[in-house]
Amino acid sequence: MAKLDLVAAINQALAQEMEADERVMLLGEDIGVNGGVFRVTDGLQKRFGPDRVVDSPLSESGIIGTSIGLAMAGMRPVPELQFEGFMGPAYDQIVNQAARCRSRTRGAFTCPLTIRVPVGGGIHAPELHSDSPEVVYVHTPGLKVVMPSRPYDAKGLLISAIRDPDPVIFFEPKRVYRAIKEEVPEESYTLPLGKAQVISEGSDLTMISWGAMVSVCLAALDQMPEEASVELIDLQTLSPLDVETITRSVCKTGRAVVVHEAPKTAGLGAEISSLIQEHCFLSLEAPVQRITGFDTSMPYYKLEKQYLPDEDRIMAGVRDCLAY
Amino acid sequence: MPKEVVYSAQIERLQILGPDGSVDESLAQGTLSDGDVKYLYEQMILCREFDEAAFKLQRSGRMGTFPQNKGQEAATLGAAKALRKGIDYIVPYYRENPAMFLHGLPMHYALLHWMGDERGNAIPANLSMSPICVAIGVQTLHAVGIAWAFKRRKEDRAVICFFGDGATSTGDFHEAMNFASILKVPVVFCCLNNQWAISTPCGHQCASETFAQKALAYGMPTIQADGNDLFAMYKVTNDAMERARAGGGPSFIEAVTYRLGDHTTADDARRYRPAAQLESALKVDPIIRTRKYLEAKNLWDATQQAAAEKKAKGIVHDVIGVAEKMPPQSSDDIFDYMYADLPPELQKQKQTLRTDSIGMDPTQVGLQPPRERDTTRGKPMNAE
Repeated sequence: MAKLDLVAAINQALAQEMEADERVMLLGEDIGVNGGVFRVTDGLQKRFGPDRVVDSPLSESGIIGTSIGLAMAGMRPVPELQFEGFMGPAYDQIVNQAARCRSRTRGAFTCPLTIRVPVGGGIHAPELHSDSPEVVYVHTPGLKVVMPSRPYDAKGLLISAIRDPDPVIFFEPKRVYRAIKEEVPEESYTLPLGKAQVISEGSDLTMISWGAMVSVCLAALDQMPEEASVELIDLQTLSPLDVETITRSVCKTGRAVVVHEAPKTAGLGAEISSLIQEHCFLSLEAPVQRITGFDTSMPYYKLEKQYLPDEDRIMAGVRDCLAY
Repeated sequence: MPKEVVYSAQIERLQILGPDGSVDESLAQGTLSDGDVKYLYEQMILCREFDEAAFKLQRSGRMGTFPQNKGQEAATLGAAKALRKGIDYIVPYYRENPAMFLHGLPMHYALLHWMGDERGNAIPANLSMSPICVAIGVQTLHAVGIAWAFKRRKEDRAVICFFGDGATSTGDFHEAMNFASILKVPVVFCCLNNQWAISTPCGHQCASETFAQKALAYGMPTIQADGNDLFAMYKVTNDAMERARAGGGPSFIEAVTYRLGDHTTADDARRYRPAAQLESALKVDPIIRTRKYLEAKNLWDATQQAAAEKKAKGIVHDVIGVAEKMPPQSSDDIFDYMYADLPPELQKQKQTLRTDSIGMDPTQVGLQPPRERDTTRGKPMNAE
């Protein structure tokens, strides 16, 4: 089995879905001839032609707005927004148009599109290239939000997203793009949206994370194997949340730590904490800990290491939670 | 190298039917037959009746906010006449009831929308149109996407997208124009310049002499038409649609018309609109103009007028009946169309709305059995 990084796994998923379904088409800035600024769509224009892998104008609202029209008219567009920091211009089309399409027409129109967006910090990128805005879209009814943490999952989740009948935002953690290589089956496969994955079972504490932070959590836990038996959950899909997997685990362990890059206040960790107290109140041994980015603007990259949760902060949070 | 002109252009304006009902026979040739004009005139009467009835429904508390369409009947009907029903596609904003009705939309759909009922947007797939769009300008991009899908699938179909003068100030409008001309998709942009965007006159909306000239920057054929002239609107739309269907790409039409009503029933145009302007606009009301034409050609008389008005009243009465007698939506409908498959959390919320309405079902809280107290680590939360 070939070992692929995240970029190659996503590229393979896109190619296989385009092969399998004539309706699938890609559009975005620099995704064609150039293969995307991260090379995720490398070679696809050559293979499928410039009508199916479309270099669009520099126009985020245009990319999403025309994708909505394509989807309404029966196509399966997979637009790319080059960086999460450029989602702002497309916000109206995503939140007020795509997300409401099915409900405002009582199902007469649907909007099956998958918006691919590189997300998050840690790669020394310029301003507005390192944010983590996922909760904004989790808070938008009508959207699904996916963020894989590794190549195998990314391929299966992306294929599911493209086949999903509703709009999906597929966040790709930039920091993982080239960082992890693992065996990825050549054949096409799907992984279910809305299901979290228990990466390691444990009995003392539940750690919940997603995207690039999952690897950081793993690295932190590797440094403290004798201190606690930790159950690590990779959410994979952020909307809809797999409440069942989260709460079953926390009711078992009695302690929970949520780790995310995004700012703390009203981040997805807040919702997860709330779900835990609703479902596991009598099982809790300690308040839910949130280890997150700060309620500040994402700093330029000279200070991004200080901003992003790292192994030390995660270990400290785990110890606090265990000692409570 | 000396300075030279690298680009120049002119904007044409087309009028075939003048305000006095006189027609330029040579320009009118090959456009609308007598039968067409008579039929469209009857539709104008029907749409005006619908519009006034909808206004009264709002005033009597039987309907929510409603944007009157009156004054724009010729622009929208003339344009829609150039479309093939069920094939060509309308992407409207919210002052094109006449076009949508002519294209086959049952009239009660428009009432349902403004009665706060999403079923008014559940347009049957065979009608080839998208629902009323309240956000300004966003639908221009959807129109380009739909036209793009037609082009990709090599379907012999074209799209007409309606929007107002205000929409030309939005970013989405310009992104749509740019995408459409680069991709050469079969779409016609029809700007219904009714002079007002709520209280902002079109002269404050932009500084250029016409809205039509905005298309020049996108390399798009463009024309200004008298929007109260059924013939001109049919002609320019037909030309543009034919060009689109033949692979000639997008076109732009500026239909100069006038909003005879307030912006919506929630607005009072007397606060900002000079009374004299409305008065002179009433004189070029497209319905009066079309009637003058028909009467001059002895195609219409007072008896026919009375009969058409009576017929329109009857139809509108029945349509209101249909809308008001719709069985109410179930509260389940709030949930059931959010996703193809309702996620578990929404299933629970749907259940609570049926039962206790606090938004959280107490029987769902703490469902997992409490675990044994952990005495090996730290101290219990309630310990001192």
